[in-house]
Amino acid sequence: MQETLDARGKACPIPVVETKKVLATLNVGDSVEVAVDNFIAVQNLSKMAAQKHFQVFSEKKAENDYLVTLTVTGTSSKESAEKTVRISDSSVDKTVVVLSSDKMGEGDEKLGRILMKGFIYALTEQEQLPETILLYNNGAKLSVEGADSLADFKLLESQGVEIMTCGTCLNHYGLTEKLGVGSVTNMYVIAEKQMQATKIVKP
Amino acid sequence: MPEEIVFCKGGGCTAKLGPGILASVLQKLPKGLDPQLLVGFDSSDDAAVYKLTDDLAVVQTLDFFPPMVDDPYTFGQIAATNALSDIYAMGGQVKTALNIVCFPEKMELNVLGEIMRGGNEKVQEAGGILVGGHSIADSDVKYGLSVMGIIHPDKIYKNNACQAGDQLLLTKPLGVGIVCTAQRVGACSNDAMELAIRSMTTLNKYAAEIIGKYHVHACTDVTGFSLLGHLQEMLGAGLGVELDSLQVPYIPQAVHYANEFYLTAAAQRNRNHVGNRVDFRKVPFAMEEILFDPQTSGGLLVSLPPEEAELALVEIKALGLPCGLVGTVTQKADNRIIVR
Repeated sequence: MQETLDARGKACPIPVVETKKVLATLNVGDSVEVAVDNFIAVQNLSKMAAQKHFQVFSEKKAENDYLVTLTVTGTSSKESAEKTVRISDSSVDKTVVVLSSDKMGEGDEKLGRILMKGFIYALTEQEQLPETILLYNNGAKLSVEGADSLADFKLLESQGVEIMTCGTCLNHYGLTEKLGVGSVTNMYVIAEKQMQATKIVKP
Repeated sequence: MPEEIVFCKGGGCTAKLGPGILASVLQKLPKGLDPQLLVGFDSSDDAAVYKLTDDLAVVQTLDFFPPMVDDPYTFGQIAATNALSDIYAMGGQVKTALNIVCFPEKMELNVLGEIMRGGNEKVQEAGGILVGGHSIADSDVKYGLSVMGIIHPDKIYKNNACQAGDQLLLTKPLGVGIVCTAQRVGACSNDAMELAIRSMTTLNKYAAEIIGKYHVHACTDVTGFSLLGHLQEMLGAGLGVELDSLQVPYIPQAVHYANEFYLTAAAQRNRNHVGNRVDFRKVPFAMEEILFDPQTSGGLLVSLPPEEAELALVEIKALGLPCGLVGTVTQKADNRIIVR
């Protein structure tokens, strides 16, 4: 199937946003031809194609008239496809990430916090996401309102990752009202999740 | 309200002409030969400085742009905060300001009143006074200020006098351009927009007062040319920079929006302009975009001796916006920026 989209006269990021919508409806081997009126839009479309592994071809038809063709390949990650793959992956491979501290590693405390923030961000960038993230003791301070990594956790949650924070710990630190993402859990679940995990990651 | 849609077409510093085009035009203009002119447009600095006496110089700057938010009062505050910033980036004190206005004749005049109210409040907060202005009927709204400040001629912050070993302090979070773009396509969270507006309406005056207590080697404000674009202008001959992406302050949701490709044309122009001087070492795509993201009313980027940078950071943090020591100036003949 070959779709066409006329995005001339539209400012960035509209051409990319509209192209993504069309691509989400296409199957492997299908393509969309996008007409744009400036080279920056060609570059922005090509950038998106490179990140999402679409095949891309562009040509200049005339002054201020470009045609960009994006084709869905076997490795393309479309929004819809991406989600299904991730959820089915996680049902087979039960990776559990355990955060028992708000710091990563032993040493300087400030550095430890920066490293933990970086680790959680890096998790969001992984091809394969964990099934569950467990937070307890000082780790419970990572998932509350105002915490540096809250947005990253929300992003992970939106992609199907289960985020569970120890209720006893929230209570102990007076943070019960402040949980910003995921759910509150107890020691039975914390024990069970770890026993059933195929892999535990504890930074 | 239909006027709102017309009011904000996506502006701020993303509306700047690309750095490449501008340089080619400016090159053709004759450079001023007046020995009293201490800083002119030839050094791509933030504002011009003209020496009056041995201990007094005037700093002059001008900035205006189309709205990047829907609320006129907030837009006025942002445009003024952004225009005033150039005085602080030079190390000066704000004295007087003139309004620059483009406004459609058919638009409701209250909108203009709100813009000017926001702008005037920021001029007052800066310790300056609004003394006049000029208005033009135009198809789209644009607003800004021409600002005059004063400075001691020996205490000007050059933007290109970094020294090897310096630490680079950034006083505001990046990602403002990406967040405003997400807002334009209706995909922005309230939290993200709230932080972006708080950052854009915070005068760099407070950061400038803090860094004034230290030995500033170089200083600029991060605006339309992005962190990497402005950083590149700061590097004199024989210097390079190592940026630590983990230390870069940004609006958290910007990562998500960058991965959704809510990207501006200006960011791609910045990438085209300086991208070939930047080595990304395993940096995620979203972080690359944040580093190329055009900022409206961005923070100060300050080059300080390392022992002072740590102390300054503690004080800047107390101002309440995300900030950080983002990198180190290195002795590199090739002027490259390495991002880890």
